[in-house]
Amino acid sequence: MEKKEHIISILVHNKPDVLARIAGILGGKGYNIESLCVNTTTQYEISKIVMTTVGTQDIITRIENQLQRLVDVIQVDDLTNVESIHRELVMVRLNLTPDRKEQIKKAVDTNKWKVIASADTYMILEITGDQSQIDFALARLEPLGIADMTRTGIVALNLEN
Amino acid sequence: MKLKGTQILLKALEEENVDIIFGYPGGAVLDIYDELYKSSMKHILVRHEQGAVHAADGYARATGKVGVCLVTSGPGATNTVTGIATANMDSIPLVVFTGQVPTGLIGNDAFQECDITGITRPCTKHNFLVRNIEDLAATIKEAFHIARSGRPGPVLVDLPKNVMAAAAEYDPASIKIRNHEPAYRPAFKKMNNLLEMLTAAKKPLIMTGGGVILGKASDLLTKMAQKYQIPVTGTLMGLGSFPGTDPLWLGMLGMHGTYYANMAVSHCDLLLAVGVRFDDRVTGNIDTFAANAKIVQVDIDPSSINKNVAVDLPIIGDTQAALKDLIKFLDEHNYEFDKSQRQEWLDQIDDWREKVPLSYCKNGEVIKPQFVIETLYKLTKGDAIITTEVGQNQMWTAQFFHFDNPNTFVSSGGLGTMGFGLPAAIGVKCAFPDKHVVDIAGDGSIQMNIQELATAAQYKINVKIVLLNNGYLGMVRQWQELFYEKRYSHTDMTYAPDFVKLAEAFGVVGMRATKPEEVEAVLKEGLALDKPVLMDFRVSREECVYPMVHPGDSINNMSLGSRETIN
Repeated sequence: MEKKEHIISILVHNKPDVLARIAGILGGKGYNIESLCVNTTTQYEISKIVMTTVGTQDIITRIENQLQRLVDVIQVDDLTNVESIHRELVMVRLNLTPDRKEQIKKAVDTNKWKVIASADTYMILEITGDQSQIDFALARLEPLGIADMTRTGIVALNLEN
Repeated sequence: MKLKGTQILLKALEEENVDIIFGYPGGAVLDIYDELYKSSMKHILVRHEQGAVHAADGYARATGKVGVCLVTSGPGATNTVTGIATANMDSIPLVVFTGQVPTGLIGNDAFQECDITGITRPCTKHNFLVRNIEDLAATIKEAFHIARSGRPGPVLVDLPKNVMAAAAEYDPASIKIRNHEPAYRPAFKKMNNLLEMLTAAKKPLIMTGGGVILGKASDLLTKMAQKYQIPVTGTLMGLGSFPGTDPLWLGMLGMHGTYYANMAVSHCDLLLAVGVRFDDRVTGNIDTFAANAKIVQVDIDPSSINKNVAVDLPIIGDTQAALKDLIKFLDEHNYEFDKSQRQEWLDQIDDWREKVPLSYCKNGEVIKPQFVIETLYKLTKGDAIITTEVGQNQMWTAQFFHFDNPNTFVSSGGLGTMGFGLPAAIGVKCAFPDKHVVDIAGDGSIQMNIQELATAAQYKINVKIVLLNNGYLGMVRQWQELFYEKRYSHTDMTYAPDFVKLAEAFGVVGMRATKPEEVEAVLKEGLALDKPVLMDFRVSREECVYPMVHPGDSINNMSLGSRETIN
């Protein structure tokens, strides 16, 4: 069976050790978490975890079953099998060295990248998009000299209930 | 009125109908023990915290109720881990209370502090650290509910000292907790599929497991098998879920299963697996396991389905509800089987049974361990609750003692924990003081929790230990004989205490048999004594457990010991 990336959305009770339980059960059974996003939902007591992992459908079903066994897990959905929209966010710091300053400003204008902080010596960009859009943007930023960056895991939402 | 945390704990235990606690005091639980001193709650002081958990586990396995332990923080808590993991692997409902340093000191490496909820996360069904006195009562209630609901399991509740000393209102009637009982929806379509599969099957076989005992579904399974004349095999954990003396019973399957059970699994065309998880010791080579059969699996835990063995029809639900539905469905749809066809199948199984019955080479000179178990069975007429340690003693018990009733065979199946049998027997005997409770032990295992003899002696818990003493770690030695050219690396246990003197030193009666003709007399006398007794049977040293499927082989390829291998 073919291995592919799956995006799994998990509703959990917002308890201090719930993430440790989820990471523990997956790590303990030998499954890897590729990316992870966690925050509360409209109800503070309930959090949503969006996690990506790679595996065959069999493995993914096992992961879902293992997650369902956890007492603090309310619901598990594989968003890969339904119509869903995906986003990531990356923040990138570019150092405005004298030799690159003009080149960077030009590239930011051309690509309509969003500047969220800047000073004489640096500029911080915020880029959102799906995985391929982020990869594409990072490829373009590479030659400009990325001083530092931080990239979130994937968040995803199904189009319909 | 406000109550102290320690008072709330004891009141909450009464609410849960707890009648006995197995425990060991220490600094972090001094306040709780002070409250116990004033209470009428029965508490058994074990000699090691591992013993407390195994005793609570034995109590739970024999009664079907939740077993309870209480230990202190730090080392008291870490000593429970093996016991908790044992219960977790076999889905046994326990609530383990551990003391903890005051909340203000948690994380500071305080004296006898350890992160026991972190340590036990992978080996409990769930665990709690109670940080506020207001949460205490609800947490205890939820812990018991989680332990016994769905697929049962151990739950640990960590109790910081200051929380137990604080006070809060206690009103059991007003406590609301989440429901953890999984919803079971009988699926008409699945029942219909199963009916079609059963109707088409010429050689159906039932495989029963621990889930049938946990689901209290033994009567239903027995009724169904007998009514429709379907032969039954079982896993180690399933022993007792179908009468071991019924002609339809084939004994245990798997690595040390009977030849006829393994042949039946390999030749059946429909395998109805109820409350099992297809452990590797049961299936052998997965690719050839029940290769000719459609497999139906009934289990409460979806994560057990399609885990090791691909299943044609999964039915998710507790074994009792599912079997009840199934029997009703078969009745309503007038399921009938071809009687002559079924007789042919049963005759074939009987041929296998005749060709290779369970047996051993009898010997007039040395005591055979199997003979000791057979004699114990004969003398008790099977009316006993048997615990075992782990290894050869456990396998011979599974083979040669016949269990007619659920909850009468108490053994560490999944984790295979040596040292389980004696403390477990103590727990069982506390629940059934009028029954024969016998730990069938090996000389290696018994030394792992031998200190619990003091517990048995102190409380006059009259368990009997049948020690099959071969001076080896027998099962490991067997593997060394078969697969490591008899290089007995560190398995010779000849240097051992004099078990009779050791028993006596603990205040337990010690007896010994060295010749076959002494076995019956020693067992008779030992069973009759109204005292805890250790019976040391000096058995043949290099006896192997047969039949045996070599690891990774197909289960129909059995090595039969002194006989030739028969396919």
